[in-house]
Amino acid sequence: MLESATAPVSARHAAAPGKAPLLAVRDLEAWYGESHVLHGVTFDVGEGEVVTLLGRNGAGKTTTLKSIIGIMGRRKGSIAYDGTETIGLASRNIARLGIGYVPEERGIFASLSVYENLTLPPQIKPGGMPVDQIYELFPNLKERSGSQGTKLSGGEQQMLAIGRILRTGAKLLLLDEPTEGLAPVIVQQIGRTIERLKSEGYTIILVEQNFRFAQTVADRHYVVEQGRVIDMIPNAELDANIDKLHGYLGV
Amino acid sequence: MFTIFGVPSAALFGQLLLGLINGSFYAILSLGLAVIFGLLNIINFTHGAQYMMGAFVAWMSLTYLGIGYWWALLLAPIVVGAFGVLLERVLIRRLYDLDHLYGLLLTFGLALIIQGLFRNQYGVSGLPYGIPRELTGGQNLGFMFLPNYRGWVIVASLIVCLFTWFVIETTKLGAYLRAATENPTLVQAFGVNVPLLITLTYGFGVGLAALAGVLAAPIYSVNPNMGADLIIVVFAVVVIGGMGSILGSVITGFGLGLVEGLTKVFYPEASATVIFVIMVLVLLVKPAGLFGRTA
Repeated sequence: MLESATAPVSARHAAAPGKAPLLAVRDLEAWYGESHVLHGVTFDVGEGEVVTLLGRNGAGKTTTLKSIIGIMGRRKGSIAYDGTETIGLASRNIARLGIGYVPEERGIFASLSVYENLTLPPQIKPGGMPVDQIYELFPNLKERSGSQGTKLSGGEQQMLAIGRILRTGAKLLLLDEPTEGLAPVIVQQIGRTIERLKSEGYTIILVEQNFRFAQTVADRHYVVEQGRVIDMIPNAELDANIDKLHGYLGV
Repeated sequence: MFTIFGVPSAALFGQLLLGLINGSFYAILSLGLAVIFGLLNIINFTHGAQYMMGAFVAWMSLTYLGIGYWWALLLAPIVVGAFGVLLERVLIRRLYDLDHLYGLLLTFGLALIIQGLFRNQYGVSGLPYGIPRELTGGQNLGFMFLPNYRGWVIVASLIVCLFTWFVIETTKLGAYLRAATENPTLVQAFGVNVPLLITLTYGFGVGLAALAGVLAAPIYSVNPNMGADLIIVVFAVVVIGGMGSILGSVITGFGLGLVEGLTKVFYPEASATVIFVIMVLVLLVKPAGLFGRTA
């Protein structure tokens, strides 16, 4: 339908050559009710990589994450995680393959305490982070473990939303705009956390509006526009492509 | 014998006791409705029929199988709860994506069918069910006479309500339930089997109704219409307490039972309508109910 859209540069969608990607998304389409929002998203994420989905508001970044975890009503195409096709699975079974999801609105439960929120997601794989270690990563959560979840500040809620999926043993983390609306010092703390998780071998897909932040943590960037991945920029080449990126993001 | 505001104390305490008994049933039934509404977003109009089925399971197990009251307390919630699980899996499940109204119509229709079937089989005159031997007799408390069975109903219903509240507020299962009530999609995205949780919750709520039915069997006669009469009042209790509020439904249940009892003493003409008058007033002042959270 959009003839002027840039043709997919398929060669650049692959992760490290010669190695099967941990997550392979092919021709993913998705709908909100009647409205067709993803028109064939294709990209790969290699094990241990941090990749971002960059793009304007409404480009389809959040929808792509929701489709991966299986909470979009109607999807087609292919999403293979660690060799398992997940397009026909219920979200609970997708999660159980080892995927942890942090929604954009953070999804902290008001009727649960901080501790209950933290321990709510069931352990799905061995090797999850013990609660003590999560408290070490985010000391604020320990201090406020008895408080109502939604009484935390925005930054603390974000830490809680990330912390609770580290406990589960998930190895692929889907983070939807973890820095949105947070103070710079909290953004730095989230950035350090992502670096630490990367060094521990987690694979992370990060949806970001803020590419300056994305640049500090990611290996590669996928540009999403009008429900498609239209470009891939390795982090090392980001500065060289800054004008192109400004064009994509309209900044 | 002394009088309070010109009312003999025995009459006053007698009506208060009756109010507490009614309140016990209001509390258990509205608790079940609240739990079901919270997670399923369905107003379970079949609740009254399921309460009646509980009483009938007690009566049938005694009449046909010789199984007494104490086993019936366990058996009826399991049997009727299993029936509820079946209903949820086969029928109610299909309505979650539709408007509230469809769930209401379905459960209301089911209630009419169930009550009709029982009326056909057992008539409407009511079947007697005796008080268990251990709970016959009563205590003279000095200011009034307390039949043992009625004391037991109040205590049992308090225990059931507190136990349910405790499970929901402090256990892991309760945390799943509370979280799924807020955001089922996200809980499912964490790997929790939310459809199963919903089925079990419905079965549990229905089981509570059946338990109330067994408790009621020796007090009211076992009658196909016993639930239909009660459930209208219970819905008013739920509305006053606040849709979906666990603690609210328990406190409101007992409280309104007492209010009803007091009204019977001081202004008997209004005793059948007082709860509905309160409902109207609460809806005018606090539309979400006394304990409800405004969405």
